[in-house]
Amino acid sequence: MIRVLTPLPVLLPLLGAAAALLVGGRHPRMQRTLSVAVLTAVLAVSVALLLLADAEGAAALSVGGWPVPLGVVLVVDRLSALMLVVAATVALGVLVFAVGQGAADGDEETPISIFHPTFLVLIAGVDNAFLAGDLFNLYVGFEILLTASYVLLTLGGSAARIRAGITYIIVSLLSSVLFLAAIALVYAATGTVNMAQLAGRLAELPEGTQLLLQSMLLIAFCIKAAVFPLSAWLPDSYPTAPAPVTAVFAGLLTKVGVYAVIRTQTLLFPGGALDEVLMWAALATMVVGILGAVAQTDIRRILSFTLVSHIGYMVFGISLASTAGLAGAIFYVVHHIAIQTTLFLVAGLIERQGGSTGVDRLGGLATASPLLAILYFVPAMNLAGIPPFSGFIGKLGLLEAGIADGGWLPIVLVAGGAVTSLLTLLAISRVWSRAFWRLPAQSPAADTFDAAAADAGPDLSPDPLPGPEEEQEPAGEKLPAASARADRAEARRAAWERHTAVATASAPATDGPGDDEGRERPLRPLPQVMVASTAAMVTVTVALTALAGPLYGIADRAAADLLDRTPYISSVFGGDMP
Amino acid sequence: MTPTVVLPVTIGVLYAAGVYLLLDRSLTRVLLGFLLLGNATNLLLLSTGGPSGLAPILGYAEPEEMSDPLPQALILTAIVITFGIAAFVLAIIYRSWRLVRQEAIEVDEEDRRVARRSGTDADEIDPDDLAPEDRPAMHADTFAADNEVEATLARHYAGIASDDVDLPPTDRHLR
Repeated sequence: MIRVLTPLPVLLPLLGAAAALLVGGRHPRMQRTLSVAVLTAVLAVSVALLLLADAEGAAALSVGGWPVPLGVVLVVDRLSALMLVVAATVALGVLVFAVGQGAADGDEETPISIFHPTFLVLIAGVDNAFLAGDLFNLYVGFEILLTASYVLLTLGGSAARIRAGITYIIVSLLSSVLFLAAIALVYAATGTVNMAQLAGRLAELPEGTQLLLQSMLLIAFCIKAAVFPLSAWLPDSYPTAPAPVTAVFAGLLTKVGVYAVIRTQTLLFPGGALDEVLMWAALATMVVGILGAVAQTDIRRILSFTLVSHIGYMVFGISLASTAGLAGAIFYVVHHIAIQTTLFLVAGLIERQGGSTGVDRLGGLATASPLLAILYFVPAMNLAGIPPFSGFIGKLGLLEAGIADGGWLPIVLVAGGAVTSLLTLLAISRVWSRAFWRLPAQSPAADTFDAAAADAGPDLSPDPLPGPEEEQEPAGEKLPAASARADRAEARRAAWERHTAVATASAPATDGPGDDEGRERPLRPLPQVMVASTAAMVTVTVALTALAGPLYGIADRAAADLLDRTPYISSVFGGDMP
Repeated sequence: MTPTVVLPVTIGVLYAAGVYLLLDRSLTRVLLGFLLLGNATNLLLLSTGGPSGLAPILGYAEPEEMSDPLPQALILTAIVITFGIAAFVLAIIYRSWRLVRQEAIEVDEEDRRVARRSGTDADEIDPDDLAPEDRPAMHADTFAADNEVEATLARHYAGIASDDVDLPPTDRHLR
């Protein structure tokens, strides 16, 4: 049963992508339905895989029926199944958000409807990386997801996105070359790329060779995971992409790197030779990342820096190399994928509501849209690790594991982690107090009207190329009969007018307490599908808190499997070790 | 079986040249550097197969005489991936040239804005209470500061359009 399901998380999105590309140009609605259906199926398969893997243990499928060390192997164990479930959940949430945005904007971001196929290919690559049982298949998974991410990041091809995309592409290419070179050296040293076989053979190598191979793999993965000295590309490239793209990148792509680091450190090189280096890197990632977040004034950039910073927690857990540390890291990965995606989706909503993501230009959003305020507040407090939420549980697990380790360096990291948590709260609550809580009168937006209009105003934005699909938009859509482009321009103008109305209306009202008078309600409500999908994602993050018990149980068992190594290896070799 | 020295030397030279080109600001050179790095890695993969032998086809050669087929399969995959990505990067270069009439990597203006902000926090001093000239230097909200940033950028990067510009006027816009 489990072997039948194993290839589906890769196959379904790939086939779905092909089908979505075929129907894309002429039937945008069918394309949307198709991609949502495919991802729902992937989610169902992933949940089934998780339940089966948790009940029966790891299982392996040799693709094409080749005998084991020769062919490509897909392996499902508790860790990879858990990652599959979280990835599918997040991807589905983001896709629905993107569908809502596309319907509201007339597909502004997807001029030739390539968004859906590319998104599905991205998910196929992510799932392939999670399932890969040999290093080269892992490389292929990385390449699939990276190539899809290049396209998504430069969608629309505006100057800002091209500039950001180039940095991202070149850094990713470099890490891929490093990874491939590492695979070549691993093969030269051991004669195999099968990870289960490598687990046995690598240990027989001389120590120096092992260290070289381990550090090459770790550097390649740490670039993808954005661990500190190798993290500068992330805050530079993520913020310019469309909101759904940034959301899914922030949630999934760095975590694939973290997943690969976990496999390297537990399955391939369990000796812990580089644990101390990883601890220093984790400390630097946490502290430098969060200091960057505190310095920023744009919500998306703040979130990008917190993303880098919190990768440090996961690396910390991995570097402890204990069951408690790994369990904490795995739980934190799950929590962080969900929370970071949700916050970037909320940032997308904030941009629609306020016309900007610069905290200095926003104000009074809590009164303008209380629902949006709740949608921001709950995951933000979760990210900062305020007690009832899953962020607190994950951080507590990691800090406890650090103290249990007993060394002086883990204690330093525990302190660093606590400081990072507090600084996260500072960065996150500054957004809250400025964008949401302060009165519009305190917002300096009024006197920067011209400056802000220069980059957010409706007049200067060039009309995007008319896509083939928007000309054939069926009349039965939710949109008014007016053409999608006019509607889009209208929406942007409305967002801007709403923002300036909120910002300026309070100027004459300062003489009385009733500064609510004169402030206009939003002219156009936020698109319902976008709000609903964001709310669903917020619910998921809250559900992580409610389900923290069973989830932490799975993480615990997954961590024990990882340190034990035999479940993975014997699943590939069917009981008898090579 | 003496190992050949040609292969390692070639690989080393290709890596060195590739890294050097990758450090350039011009995108075409970066692409060439990436291609060199890719080829160096492919050669590295090839060299992992051990000494050369006959084609690994059953019935054509004895298994002892065959060369290792796996590295060649890996190289083929890697070549295909490199090829596809090179095509994409070329498209990006062309798009970048269409947009800003140059193909060097540009500076991130938001980075500069953040770097130039003064240490004073907007929470401590409300810029609205101050006269425009007293506002914190380079504060993101200060209209004058924005001009100053623009002027500085314009001085240093004369002739390069800023990120705010989306498309140069084309025939379609003029019509």
